[in-house]
Amino acid sequence: MPSQVGAFAVFFASIFTSNILLTNYLGMCSFLAVSKEMKTSVGLGAAVTFVLALTTPLNWLVYQYLLIPFNLEYLRFIVFIIVIAAFVQLTEMTLERYSEPLYQALGIFLPLITVNCAILGASLFMVIREYTFITSLLFGIGSGIGWFLAIVAMSGIRTKLRTAKIPPALEGPGITLIIAGFMAMAFMGFSGMIAVS
Amino acid sequence: MVISLIISVAIISLISVFLALLMVIADATIGNYGIVTVNVNDGTKEFQVKGGMPLLSTLTAQGVFIPSACGGRGSCGLCKVQVISGVGDYLPTELPFIPPEERAQNIRLSCQIKVKQDMAIQIPEELFNVKEYQTTVERIRDLTHDIKEVTLRLPPGETITPKAGQYVQFVVPEYADLDESVYRAYSVASPPDDNTRVELEIRLVPNGICTTYVHTILKEGDEVTINGPYGDFYVRETERPMICIAGGSGMAPIKAILMDMKNKGSKRKAIYFFGARTKRDLFLLDEMYALEKELENFTFVPALSEPTEEDKWEGEVGLITDVVRRLSGDAANSEAYLCGSPGMIDACIAVLGELHMPEEHIYYDKF
Repeated sequence: MPSQVGAFAVFFASIFTSNILLTNYLGMCSFLAVSKEMKTSVGLGAAVTFVLALTTPLNWLVYQYLLIPFNLEYLRFIVFIIVIAAFVQLTEMTLERYSEPLYQALGIFLPLITVNCAILGASLFMVIREYTFITSLLFGIGSGIGWFLAIVAMSGIRTKLRTAKIPPALEGPGITLIIAGFMAMAFMGFSGMIAVS
Repeated sequence: MVISLIISVAIISLISVFLALLMVIADATIGNYGIVTVNVNDGTKEFQVKGGMPLLSTLTAQGVFIPSACGGRGSCGLCKVQVISGVGDYLPTELPFIPPEERAQNIRLSCQIKVKQDMAIQIPEELFNVKEYQTTVERIRDLTHDIKEVTLRLPPGETITPKAGQYVQFVVPEYADLDESVYRAYSVASPPDDNTRVELEIRLVPNGICTTYVHTILKEGDEVTINGPYGDFYVRETERPMICIAGGSGMAPIKAILMDMKNKGSKRKAIYFFGARTKRDLFLLDEMYALEKELENFTFVPALSEPTEEDKWEGEVGLITDVVRRLSGDAANSEAYLCGSPGMIDACIAVLGELHMPEEHIYYDKF
C-alpha cells in the first residue's frame, strides 16, 4: 500500500504533514541546542538536509543489495548507523581539506549530526514503508527540508523570545519544547492536503 | 543455523572492515597535512608538528599552556591566541567569543582552529612560564565558616614563579555527577619566594563544581593537578602609594602582594581595605596586623558592612566603598589593586574615579 503513494506526494508529505521533527519528534537534541541563533540554525539545517538526502538512498542500496540477499534485515540498525557515521566522517574530512567556505558553512556541524536520530530514523522509515530508490531519495531530501524549515522557524521565534518575559521555570528548553508543540500542531494543519503512512 | 550465524558475522565484519579501511585510507590521504611548523612569537619558539590537530592541543602537547576552562569544547572563550598567518576565516563556533576589535587583530579561539599549514602565532611572553604540576595537598584549614585555605606542595625539585597577584588553574577531576574534568582559576595567596608551595583561598559557592569538591571531598595527602601561573593582575614596580581593596576570598592575591613587599623590605606606602559582612567573615587578621608592624608604611583597615550586636565591632563600619571614600583622600598619584566580586569592583572603580585616580592605575581581578 505505501509504495503506491507517488514519490512526489512522499516528498511533500515529508516536508509538511509527516515532518520528521514535528510529527516523529526525531532530531530533538540538536534542534533544542542549536536553534538559539538563526545563522547556526541555517548551517545545521543545511547539513542535516545534505546528509539525509545522501544517506537515505545509500542505505537503501546497502539494504536491498547486501542485507536482503543474505536475510540479514535484522542487522539494519547497526549497519545503517555505521554507514552514516563513515559517510559523515568522510564528508567532513573532504570538506575540511578541499573547500574552506563549505566547511565553514556546513562542515563544523557534521560531527553533531552523525548521532542525530532523524538521520537514522529516515533510513528506518524507508525500510518500513517499503519505498523504492527514487522515493527514498525524495523522502530523504524532503525530510531534510522539513527539518530545516522547523529549526529555522524555531530560531526565528527564539530570537524574539530574548526580550520576552518567560517564567523562570520555563526558560531555555522548557519554553522551546512548548513552542515545538505548537509548531507541530500548525504543521498538522497541512494534513488535509496530503496524507501518507 | 550455524551457517547463517557465520554468514551474518562475516557480512557485518566485511562491511565494517571495508568502512574502516576507507577511513584509514582517507586519514592517510585527505586527512594528512604532513609535518607543519608552528612559529611562536617571531621565532622565540618553533616546533614541527603533525598537522590536522586543533591549535590548543597542539600547543599543549609542546608544553605551551594557553588558559582554557572548558577543555577545548569552545564554550568558555578563554583560549584566545593572536594568529599572524596560516589560518582561514572565522568559524561560526568562534564568533560569539570574538568582539569586532579583536577580529581586527585576528584573535582566534585556539581550540577551534586547526593547524593545517605552517602557522605563526603571537602569545603573551609569560605563558612560556606556564607549566603543569602534580601537587600534593599539604594542609587544609578553615579560615571562616565558608572559606578554606588549601596549601599545595609541588613535587620535589619543581618550582613555580608567579608574580604576586597571579592565579593558577585547579583541575577538578571527575567526581559525583561531573563526567569530565574541568578547570577553575584561583589566585595564589602565598608570596612568590615560597616557590615550592601554592596556597589558595577557596570560598564555598552553593552548587559550585570546584568549591564543592574542595570543601567536601578533598583531603590532606590527595593529589591535585594545577597549571599556571596566569594573569595580568600582579603588582607593578612603581613608587606610587598603593590602595588595595578586597572582599572575602579576594584576600588571596592581596596577601601575596603584601607578603612579597615584606620579603623585599619595601618601603612603599600602602593601605589595605578588607571588606566583610560580619565578624565571622573576617580572617587572617593576626597576619595582617603583624604585617602592619613589619612593613614600614602599611595600614590595614578591616571594615564590616553589617556588624551584629555580639560582634562588638569597634572598627570601620559601612560598605567598603564608603570606607574607601572616607579614608583615602585624593588618589590622583596612587595605584589601586582590587580583588572581589564584579559588583564590588565596579563600585570601587567609580569611587576611585571620584578621588581622581586615573583609570590606567587601577588593576583588578573580578571573580
